[in-house]
Amino acid sequence: MREEIFLGGLGGQGVLLGGQMMARAGMDAGLNVSWFPIYSPEVRGGSTTCTIVITDGRVGSPICERPETMILMDPVAANTFAPQVAEGGLLVLNSSMIEQPPGHEDCETLWVPANDIAVEIGNERTVNMVMIGAWAGRTSALSIEGIAEALQHMLPERHHKHMPANIAALERGAEIGAESRQPGG
Amino acid sequence: MSETQRTREFITGNEATARGAIAGGCRYFFGYPITPQNKIPEYMSAHLPEVGGVFLQAESEVAAINMVYGASAAGARVMTTSSSPGISLMQEGLSYMIGSELPCVLVNMVRGGPGLGNIGPAQSDYWLATRGCGHGDGQCITLTPNSVQELHDFTARAFEIADRYRNPTMVLADAILANMMEPCDVLPPTEMPPADRPYAVGPHGQERERNIVNSLWVDFDEMEEVNLRIQERYRQAAEEITDWEEYGSDEPEVLVCAYGISSRVCESAVDEAGKAGVQARLVRPKTVFPFPSEPIAKWAEQAKCAVVVEASMGQFVEDVRLAVEGRCPVELVGHAGGNIPAVSEVVARILEMTS
Repeated sequence: MREEIFLGGLGGQGVLLGGQMMARAGMDAGLNVSWFPIYSPEVRGGSTTCTIVITDGRVGSPICERPETMILMDPVAANTFAPQVAEGGLLVLNSSMIEQPPGHEDCETLWVPANDIAVEIGNERTVNMVMIGAWAGRTSALSIEGIAEALQHMLPERHHKHMPANIAALERGAEIGAESRQPGG
Repeated sequence: MSETQRTREFITGNEATARGAIAGGCRYFFGYPITPQNKIPEYMSAHLPEVGGVFLQAESEVAAINMVYGASAAGARVMTTSSSPGISLMQEGLSYMIGSELPCVLVNMVRGGPGLGNIGPAQSDYWLATRGCGHGDGQCITLTPNSVQELHDFTARAFEIADRYRNPTMVLADAILANMMEPCDVLPPTEMPPADRPYAVGPHGQERERNIVNSLWVDFDEMEEVNLRIQERYRQAAEEITDWEEYGSDEPEVLVCAYGISSRVCESAVDEAGKAGVQARLVRPKTVFPFPSEPIAKWAEQAKCAVVVEASMGQFVEDVRLAVEGRCPVELVGHAGGNIPAVSEVVARILEMTS
């Protein structure tokens, strides 16, 4: 297996930490992984992306020209990056912020109202967890438990009190992802 | 270094480098901040004191390399890290260290240039590493990792190499390797070897003649003697530590040469070219001074052509051409200024060269 996943959003949305968590979960599952970031100098609000490779073979290039999966969390990232998704690939889009379907015709789209769900859960900073949970629920590439465990490893202890909200966000996302699977797919 | 005590962690290339240094017995760090390598001094400032080491932020790169010079003269395991413009500023000090036959480790996380350039990834300091290091007949022994794990391992080993050949040793990487995260089996810290080396200055009572560390030799023959010693060590290094990795077909139509991050791109390109029906073999130097000419010459004999891939406008390609010695045509896929060659571009060139 080889998963190439691109995450894009705004600084502050948890793009980088979310990607690190996915790669770390892949490593803990015994796979080869890489995480490669590009971000602008702003502390909050700048364009932020990262690319993750999770594979049972050699990682090779950590940079992907046409990622199979793109998880995009804001309209600017959607407009900029969605057209680069691989043919037959998957776009996971934050419908709380993105209105127009971007990308191209030959890809699947999974809409996730991530900000709304995060507000419902009571922690607006879990938008990334909802999005990543949706991807995991859709593809089953990594387990929700594995992702949550990776997050626990990466978060400083003072933030562990937020773990229940993050797990809830992952699970809500995973439900949406699982429901979106096509019968037999 | 204790192989059995490694712990698997998920860390950036910068952190892996810093921890590799402490695992290699480094206890002195002098440097000046510059992106994309700032996480190295950040880590060292927090963790060198924990193992009894000294971290000092110098007022400039010129000061930093001369502090490295001083610590090395006193027999310490010492390093500095920087990125392209900072390494330019260190050239004079490096030449003095080579002339004084002193070891040190430096890391260059190369960024886009020339000039102040940008903070993107580049491989355009190849000449700076393998031809530069200041004036005179001297070079840095240069290691070229292509993963977070290798940044860690090569940095740890660089201290042994620098000591063995009494010469500055450079770990040459780039902004992508510096910032990316991968699994890394991290070595535990080791002690610095005793500082009272045969050549080192420092307190010695009446037990030996005083040592003088110096790169000024007024007598021509004495200066030539120093040069001959340095060249003899480079010859030994070529015999003992030249290293490379090969990947791909045993019956290649195309030889692919790349180091560092470009070699990761080329691994994927070799796979893709194979799917498109063209067999290729990647030769990926892990050391570029000394340079692995032998495997490149061997495969150039068999291949129809060689494709060289680098994030510069053509520096590494010259060493490949010297190794190929006209056995086959050599083509460059190069980019600059923060851009690196793409897999599709390398595959396209491989297919074009064999069509």
